Amino acid sequence: MPLEAAGTEVTPSAAEPVFRARGLTKTYRMGEVEVHALRRIDLDLFAGEFVVILGPSGGGKSTLLNILGGLDVPTSGEVIFRDHKLTGADETELTRFRREHVGFVFQFYNLIPSLTARENVALVTEIASSPMAAEEALHLVGLDDRLDHFPAQLSGGEQQRVAIARAIVKRPDVLLCDEPTGALDYATGKIVLDLLARINRDLGTTTVVITHNAAIAAMADRVIRIRSGEIVEILHNPNRMSPDQLEW
Amino acid sequence: MTTLLDRKLLRDLLHLRGQVIAIMIVVASGAMSYVAMRATWMALLESRESYYAEYRFADIFATLKRAPESLGERIRLLPGVAAIEMRVVADITLDIPGLNEPATGRLISIPRERRAMLNDLHLLQGRYPDPNRRDEAVISGAFSTANRIVPGDRIAAIFNGKWRQLQIVGVGLSPEYIYEIRPGEIFPDPRRFGVIWMSRESIAPAFDLDGAFNDLSLVLAPGASADSVIDEVDRLLDGYGGLGAIRREEQQSHRFISNELDELRVFGTWIPGIFLAVTAFLLHLALSRLVATQRDQIGTLKAFGFGNSAIGSHYLRLSLIAVAGGVAAGVIAGNLWGRSLARLYAEFFHFPRLLYRLDPQVIVVTTLISTGAALLGALGAVSRAVAIPPAESMRPEPPARFQAGLLERLGLQQVLPLSTRIILRNLERTLVKSALTTLGISLSIALLFVGFYFFDAIDHLIHVQFRRVLLEDVTVIFREPRPRAAGFELSRIPGVLRVEPFRGVAVRLRHGHRSKRLAIIGMERNADLRRAVDTRMRTHPMPPAGLLLTTSLAERLDLRPGDQVTIELLEGRRDTRVSFVAETIDDLLGLSAYMDAEALDRLIGDAGAISGAHLLLDDHQREPAFQRLRASPQIVGMTIPAAVLENFNQTMARTIGTSTTITILLACILAFGLVYNGARIALSERGRELASLRVLGFTRREIATMLLGEQAILTLFAVLPGYLIGYGLCRLIVFVIDTELVRLPLVLSARTFVGSAGIVMIAASLSGLLVNRRLKRLDLVEVLKTRE
Ligand SMILES: Nc1ncnc2c1ncn2[C@@H]1O[C@H](COP(=O)(O)OP(=O)(O)OP(=O)(O)O)[C@@H](O)[C@H]1O
Ligand SMILES: [Mg+2]
Repeated sequence: MPLEAAGTEVTPSAAEPVFRARGLTKTYRMGEVEVHALRRIDLDLFAGEFVVILGPSGGGKSTLLNILGGLDVPTSGEVIFRDHKLTGADETELTRFRREHVGFVFQFYNLIPSLTARENVALVTEIASSPMAAEEALHLVGLDDRLDHFPAQLSGGEQQRVAIARAIVKRPDVLLCDEPTGALDYATGKIVLDLLARINRDLGTTTVVITHNAAIAAMADRVIRIRSGEIVEILHNPNRMSPDQLEW
Repeated sequence: MTTLLDRKLLRDLLHLRGQVIAIMIVVASGAMSYVAMRATWMALLESRESYYAEYRFADIFATLKRAPESLGERIRLLPGVAAIEMRVVADITLDIPGLNEPATGRLISIPRERRAMLNDLHLLQGRYPDPNRRDEAVISGAFSTANRIVPGDRIAAIFNGKWRQLQIVGVGLSPEYIYEIRPGEIFPDPRRFGVIWMSRESIAPAFDLDGAFNDLSLVLAPGASADSVIDEVDRLLDGYGGLGAIRREEQQSHRFISNELDELRVFGTWIPGIFLAVTAFLLHLALSRLVATQRDQIGTLKAFGFGNSAIGSHYLRLSLIAVAGGVAAGVIAGNLWGRSLARLYAEFFHFPRLLYRLDPQVIVVTTLISTGAALLGALGAVSRAVAIPPAESMRPEPPARFQAGLLERLGLQQVLPLSTRIILRNLERTLVKSALTTLGISLSIALLFVGFYFFDAIDHLIHVQFRRVLLEDVTVIFREPRPRAAGFELSRIPGVLRVEPFRGVAVRLRHGHRSKRLAIIGMERNADLRRAVDTRMRTHPMPPAGLLLTTSLAERLDLRPGDQVTIELLEGRRDTRVSFVAETIDDLLGLSAYMDAEALDRLIGDAGAISGAHLLLDDHQREPAFQRLRASPQIVGMTIPAAVLENFNQTMARTIGTSTTITILLACILAFGLVYNGARIALSERGRELASLRVLGFTRREIATMLLGEQAILTLFAVLPGYLIGYGLCRLIVFVIDTELVRLPLVLSARTFVGSAGIVMIAASLSGLLVNRRLKRLDLVEVLKTRE
């Protein structure tokens, strides 16, 4: 598996934006009270980018990611994926969007307990247009020797790696990860993040990772800080570090 | 503290409302069928018993040819006899305005002056006949209603060959004819058969029975032995043409009601039984799931100091509330259904009043057994809840453990699509639950199977009886056996195309200690109109010698082909003959014995006689032919198969229609409740998994297939056991029904198979659709946020 050297330059401004969000607002009504999860967010995400979203709990990170992934719809504003307008799309179109373009990695892995590792990954290949082989995806995450294990027979880190294999097997355009290391210990979390970074570089998949841990920021092309539903800061990082260089 | 737990209870109930309602409906269905059938059973039984007591229904009945009243007085003095009634009973032909065919009146004598008597008359309308008027008569209620004959009307009747005008003065009922049918038939035909009561003095002369009687009923003294009284009576009547006394259990009307009571009791037990078992199962599923999802809550509550009894009773109350609601609804609906069931029975069984009431005892029993089912269902889940250690609240529920299983051992995992693998592995993991669900669904198929089977049996019965057996247009019965030449007289009537005489000889067949009183029917060997036809519709020619018995008769007398049988002649010289069983056939209707006409004549040893004949009529000359037959003094009875069939179709269509509608409804509720609960629980267990799949890009339809496919497979697997259980139940019913009245054929049509499985599948699909609606509301965002 040839891995390119760390710090491969991506020029965001020159690249084509994959996502273009404008004036994104998400408001929850809880009786009398209005909760503003997102307030007029403008954001572009570029092809091949590795973006980390940081911010305090309740800041609106998950809400933003869910809207980008077509799981949730904003109260106002619009999201455009390439030339598809996601806002205003109906349930069927959003499902197709997720099916064709998005890979998700969940905090709690969410593997199908009744399927083996191989089958969990293969499941997605059944509905994707040009997937890689399930075994290849599992090889990418280093689980060649756990192919026929059921989730209950895997450790947390292994389960999360299966989940990543499942997310990348269809060669998605974007990989969205909401706290992928939230349920893992330090060392295992590191392995998982390393994996995400390698896949990003190797496959060129636009990757968005939400985390609470600021130390990961060094791995990213860009770091977006969100607080109280607003983007408070966007940091460019021209010299990405490889995960194993990170100290956190 | 408890109030907060109560609030949680309320929220849980609200949250689980779909399942709670489904369980309530199942409980309600069980309670409803129990209440309805039990209350109707009690109503029929109590009405009958009080009617019998109040109107002195006799214990022993005997018919004879003619005996002087002095003989009756001797019987009255027999030990064990409390009271007797000597009567004149005869069949007469009636000319009913607007009815082409003649009707038969069962004429029964009543005392000149009204007094208390056995099998007493209950007047519905009008009055008792005037002792000084010889033509006044009281007719039975059903006959009056069917023919719209009321007091004040006149009808013409042939009394032993002479026309008489009867003046109807009253309408009445008697405990002897609660079920009012012509002897030997199964379904009432009030248009063409009715009971007529007239004073003894006005009818006895016409039948040459002045100062004599030909019918005897008696009531036993308390503690008397029916058998010894019957023996004595038979001995005394032997010289007077006695046909053998019978006890109440063999009396036709009584026997039909008893049969109906038995059926009600059987159905009223196993149908509620099925529902209660399913209730317990559904509660078990729902509560187990609830306890599993609330493990952490239970742990937390315990950590805060809630005791085991508080936790246990919390979950117990949840199931009791569901059951209580169901019982309440079931009792109300059951009472309504019971009322209409009783009303339906009132059309067939004529009581002065049908005492329907909902006995509080029925409500108590319903409540107790339903509560029992609830406790049984809750037991497992509650004890599991109690057993959860407080520390459990700190740990999430471990992921469902799957391992390589049957699928892998069979090597099927390679060939089956992944969605199928998900379904199969889930089924395999919850094998017991799946098996029980399948069993439940198969019970609902069985329920329908039985419902449809009734149609099949009746269809078959009609087909065989009316298309194969009763091929004549009319059967006439002579007042007395007549010489063979009487047949030629009949054939000279214009419009009569064919005459096939038959002979009926009253006998008692005896084999060992078993015996049965009946008439051996002698059939012409080359008969076309009436033949011995078995359930498979094969015609059996009369054996040249020996008896041809129906299987039910042979079984009752423990006879097999080749066996010798003793025949006690109950008419003529009344001596004994010996013959043998030549063949047995599976007949549909009751107990019959046939013989070749000539063989029968030889056996009796007379010149041969005929009791009546089956006639084929010219379609264009029916009217005049009937007119001539009706006017014949020798003919006392006529039956017209076509009229019987029409009447049968009308009554059956309504009765079976109602009961089948209810059966279908009950079966649908059962299937619906099971599939709905199964799918809801699967949704609760796997909601997270399904939401994840949605996030991964699976469409709603695809995940619906994975969830509901499981239920679909369980439903499919239920079909075969459903058929088997249904078949078993049909056999049970055939067994329960009094075979001497009618032998239900165990025939099944494609409609029964397709209908029973089809309806259940539709009910299952509907519940699937309901669950599918919930799938739409699956929150995709929620699944990312939390771990269960
Ligand atoms: N279904 C909902 N109803 C009401 N409010 C909601 C709902 N979902 C989220 N919120 C609110 O929206 C805000 C943003 O939530 P979001 O989940 O995006 O936060 P987050 O940044 O991902 O936090 P965390 O790091 O804790 O996951 C929060 O204040 C939250 O309370
Ligand atoms: Mg979040």
